[in-house]
Amino acid sequence: MTIQHAAAPTGLAAAERVELLRTMILIRAFEEAILRDYHADKKPAWDIGAGLIPGEMHLSAGQEPVAAGICAHLTANDAVTATHRPHHLAIAHGMDLNRLAAEIYGRETGLGRGRGGHMHLFDPDTHFSCSGIIAEGYPPALGQAFAFQRRGTDRVAVAVTGEGAANQGGFHESLNLAALWKLPVVFVVEDNDWGISVPRKASTSVASNADRAAGYGMPGVRVEGNDVEAIHAAAGEAVARARSGQGPTLLEVHTLRLWGHFEGDAQGYRPELAEVPEHDPIPAYIKALTDDGALDASAVDGYRAEAVQKVEDALAFAKSSPTPKPEEALRYVFVEGA
Amino acid sequence: MSVTAQNPAAAGAHAPSPVLPVEPEAGTRRLNTAKALQEAIGSQMEANPEVFVMGEDVGAYGGIFSSTTGLLDRFGPQRVIDTPISETAFIGLGIGAAVEGMRPIVELMFVDFFGVCMDQIYNHMAKIHYESGGNVRVPMVLMTATGGGYSDGAQHSQSLWGTFAHLPGMKVVVPSTPYDAKGLMTAAIQSDDPVVYMFHKGVMGLPWMAKNKRSIGAVPEQDYIVPIGKARVAREGTDVSIVTLSLSVHHSLDVAEKLEGEGISVEVLDLRSVVPLDREAIVATAAKTGRVIVVDEDYQSFGLSGEIAATLAENAASRGAAFSRVCVPDVPIPYARDLEYAVLPTPARIEAAVRAAVAG
Ligand SMILES: Cc1ncc(C[n+]2csc(CCOP(=O)(O)OP(=O)(O)O)c2C)c(N)n1
Repeated sequence: MTIQHAAAPTGLAAAERVELLRTMILIRAFEEAILRDYHADKKPAWDIGAGLIPGEMHLSAGQEPVAAGICAHLTANDAVTATHRPHHLAIAHGMDLNRLAAEIYGRETGLGRGRGGHMHLFDPDTHFSCSGIIAEGYPPALGQAFAFQRRGTDRVAVAVTGEGAANQGGFHESLNLAALWKLPVVFVVEDNDWGISVPRKASTSVASNADRAAGYGMPGVRVEGNDVEAIHAAAGEAVARARSGQGPTLLEVHTLRLWGHFEGDAQGYRPELAEVPEHDPIPAYIKALTDDGALDASAVDGYRAEAVQKVEDALAFAKSSPTPKPEEALRYVFVEGA
Repeated sequence: MSVTAQNPAAAGAHAPSPVLPVEPEAGTRRLNTAKALQEAIGSQMEANPEVFVMGEDVGAYGGIFSSTTGLLDRFGPQRVIDTPISETAFIGLGIGAAVEGMRPIVELMFVDFFGVCMDQIYNHMAKIHYESGGNVRVPMVLMTATGGGYSDGAQHSQSLWGTFAHLPGMKVVVPSTPYDAKGLMTAAIQSDDPVVYMFHKGVMGLPWMAKNKRSIGAVPEQDYIVPIGKARVAREGTDVSIVTLSLSVHHSLDVAEKLEGEGISVEVLDLRSVVPLDREAIVATAAKTGRVIVVDEDYQSFGLSGEIAATLAENAASRGAAFSRVCVPDVPIPYARDLEYAVLPTPARIEAAVRAAVAG
């Protein structure tokens, strides 16, 4: 099957465009607040295990267009499997902010009652899951799609991973099986150019993962520019294809990791670091929308304020929630009462 | 293929290792564990062009847990090789290169990731020598980070040495100190067997983690070997023996120091190696004190602690020694700090076990 390229941005209504922007703004507000709290009490001697939010933290700033553009086509009935960098997808897919925040803060009110943490979010309400082991979110998406298909629904599963993860075995096995069985899956690769410190050029034998789709008999699409509308258009086709029983699509988006691989990553390996903030997709989209007259620039502050308020409410909920009781550490290994 | 008894031409591929001192005096120079480990690798790379390092982020990044810092600058990208995230492929590649007589050191970033590549490890790396009737060697080091304690969650905090030790054909070493880190890595690189080298993140002396004071210690400048399979009495005592390894050695020593003031004399045995296991040392300490506590950051059931109990039961000299264990109680490592510390073998849990042992 030949490689397709993303269609030019379709004629989205102004309201839809603004909605995409607001999703991106909400995601960024959430992660900026997490960033603040994550670093707040790890100093003066940086200690990754200290503070309100301990452990590794992988933030997705710069990758909001991928989440907003794709999830706009989904409802909570559709499944999303994400990676170690999951917040943008979780939020765009409609996860409850309170329970997301509470999980990140390790609270009993969190999605996983504080047992999972930020890399292991499981939400049955939005059929959302993620995996800290890279590419290993792909195979479960097949199973969710299998269940949707068997039950005769038009629901779809979206499996997301990074371009670094696209070199792991689970990625390739999943593509083959999904294409073979025409499962309703959209495979998404977020190509942010880096797998921790290793650039795509040093890890991947082809310039675009979209090329790899041909080897598995499915369409492959690569979207350049980190442009939410181009992503929206390409994802729309892929989701429609899956919903109508025509099987999977591999969609790669060339996106951008604005911050480090994890918080605390000094990124000494990244030569173009100084230019990175200039390519922030949110200001770029605001400019595009205002230039087109789709957005009144004065509205943006309001959207931001509203997003910040929602986020701060969620964080307040999280921080005021109880931490799990140590004596309950052994619960939930098996189903209770079963 | 490499060395066979019938194929002396290939024997040169496994150049005999220079004879190194075995456990020299520690001296006074102090390093953290990560630096000691890097020094062993660097020194062996210098001595033998067949040694190379490979793995994710081992190059410019220097290893996520600083196992390879500085090596790229010294040896270049031909010998310090960043790989794609393709564990099956690059660990398998290490096996093939070892079969041809090279001496790869391959890093699996976190031991928790073994699931995506275990077939290469336990069906190939570990079995080729046996299946070939001893004719093919796999002189490879698989180095990997273990352990929790900083809320990295259930997929990034496991110890799992029991899993690797259960499957025959690979040696499994687990240093606790900088001295042992260097000597065991040197021994692992020089070993003609595959060695799984498991370092706990919490003993490396990393600048971004709470530091245990014992993660910095005296390390000789010269090359030397800590023999694989030989435990170390980290502290002499007479009332109760703690048999342990890795970060738990440090915790146990801290507890022993604290209880000394109360007249409780704790012996701490640092196993250093899970395969081979120094059963003699375990039996000897049990025979000496009559009370054994195993402290293990791996899951409790079906693992190292059970193996030690069996060892004690099977040996007349130690049969009847009182026995207890402080392990992770068969639960995935939780994320939230209070929960994680409820299941880890903390100094508080170790201390309670010692008090119970001497009271009982
Ligand atoms: C199987 C496996 N190998 C290695 C890792 C360690 N690791 C976590 S994220 C990462 C880089 C992933 O890069 P990419 O897939 O491009 O995603 P990004 O972090 O850029 O979003 C690595 C190597 C892992 N989690 N799982």
